Amino acid sequence: MKVDLTVNGKEITADVEDRMLLVHFLRDVADLTATNIGCDTTSCGACTVLLDGESVKSCTVLAAQASGHEITTVEGLASNGTMHPVQQAFHEQHGLQCGFCTPGMVMAIVSMLKENPHPTEEQVRTGLEGNLCRCTGYHNIVRAALAAAEVSA
Amino acid sequence: MIPSVFTYRRAGSAEEACDLAAEYGEDAKYLAGGHSLLPLMKLRLAAPEVIIDLGGLRDLSYVTDQGSYVAIGALTRHHDVEHSSLLARELPLLAHAAGQVGDPQIRHRGTIGGSVAHADPASDLPAVLLALDATVVARGTDGAREIGIGEFFQGLFETVLEPGELLTEIRVPKPAAVGWSFQKFTQRAIDWAIVGVAVQGNQVALVNMGGTPLRAVTVEAALADGESPADAAAHAAEGTSAAADIRASREYREHLARVLVSRALTEASTRA
Repeated sequence: MKVDLTVNGKEITADVEDRMLLVHFLRDVADLTATNIGCDTTSCGACTVLLDGESVKSCTVLAAQASGHEITTVEGLASNGTMHPVQQAFHEQHGLQCGFCTPGMVMAIVSMLKENPHPTEEQVRTGLEGNLCRCTGYHNIVRAALAAAEVSA
Repeated sequence: MIPSVFTYRRAGSAEEACDLAAEYGEDAKYLAGGHSLLPLMKLRLAAPEVIIDLGGLRDLSYVTDQGSYVAIGALTRHHDVEHSSLLARELPLLAHAAGQVGDPQIRHRGTIGGSVAHADPASDLPAVLLALDATVVARGTDGAREIGIGEFFQGLFETVLEPGELLTEIRVPKPAAVGWSFQKFTQRAIDWAIVGVAVQGNQVALVNMGGTPLRAVTVEAALADGESPADAAAHAAEGTSAAADIRASREYREHLARVLVSRALTEASTRA
């Protein structure tokens, strides 16, 4: 079937299988491979992207469902070579170890801060309940989220 | 993991959805947020030949005050139920419980109608709506009908909905007794409840203690007889048929039901 998605501001039209998942569309059709496939069971959050500005797990959305909608991946956050405040905070707070969960964590935090610009530490931890870090590096991820909220304040 | 091959159709209206369902018959499944159905399809535990996507039916996403009850469109997402100021005021149990479903990403997609129609006894909202004496509205090609939530769930993933019938609205009466509580016991934050309990006043419903969500009728009778919450909670496992699985034995679930009902009744009394 024909789908028409806007990914990081760029319109992409493609003929795909009806059953194609959004994460495969992003990686294999749009050639944006920063979005990782982790558990593939809606648990780990590694594949988190924004759909119309809100975090979703792209392994559990059909490309067809996303047709006509706007998708933002981590590749779409920086503008003119300047990192997004959440990316910058991950860099400064050492919010990553192996880096596999990072794109999903960053997108989940971007969405969280949009809904709640000044979260408490507890709200950040609860807000990241859908994202797993296999290195268990949560402390610095939470610090990065709080630092990004501070910068954006 | 990739679902088996299916044909995707997007419905532009409730009427068109029912027409498509009538056209394809039992080979078709409705897809709302997809956060129960798509994981099953990826595991090939479900393999519908046709998917009718309801995602475009934005007119079925609403929360409105109807005087004695609150009407909630079936396509209202958990996120929107969680953050509805009307529900926070009139039905805080429902707003709170919606915020305990899955995780933020899941709540951005999953819908209240999808959760009810899917009829997973481990789901939070079916039991919450059972405690609240909700009514669901279903639309078929012959018109609409109202179904009391107590008659809606027939068994594991089974409801009284006829093939092609579309759940369009959930009506929740404003409760007479204000005390409420929602207790959910999980291993990880995003897991399904091993056991959950919803309390509104003296109405008690259980998550994952049988093939359907259940009212804890013996507990309710004991409360009506004037027993203390702690004594009434001791009856929580009576009449249940909890499954044993990788997370818990039946005996452990029965124990959890008693403990969580006791906690829920205590918390509800502090809000009364």
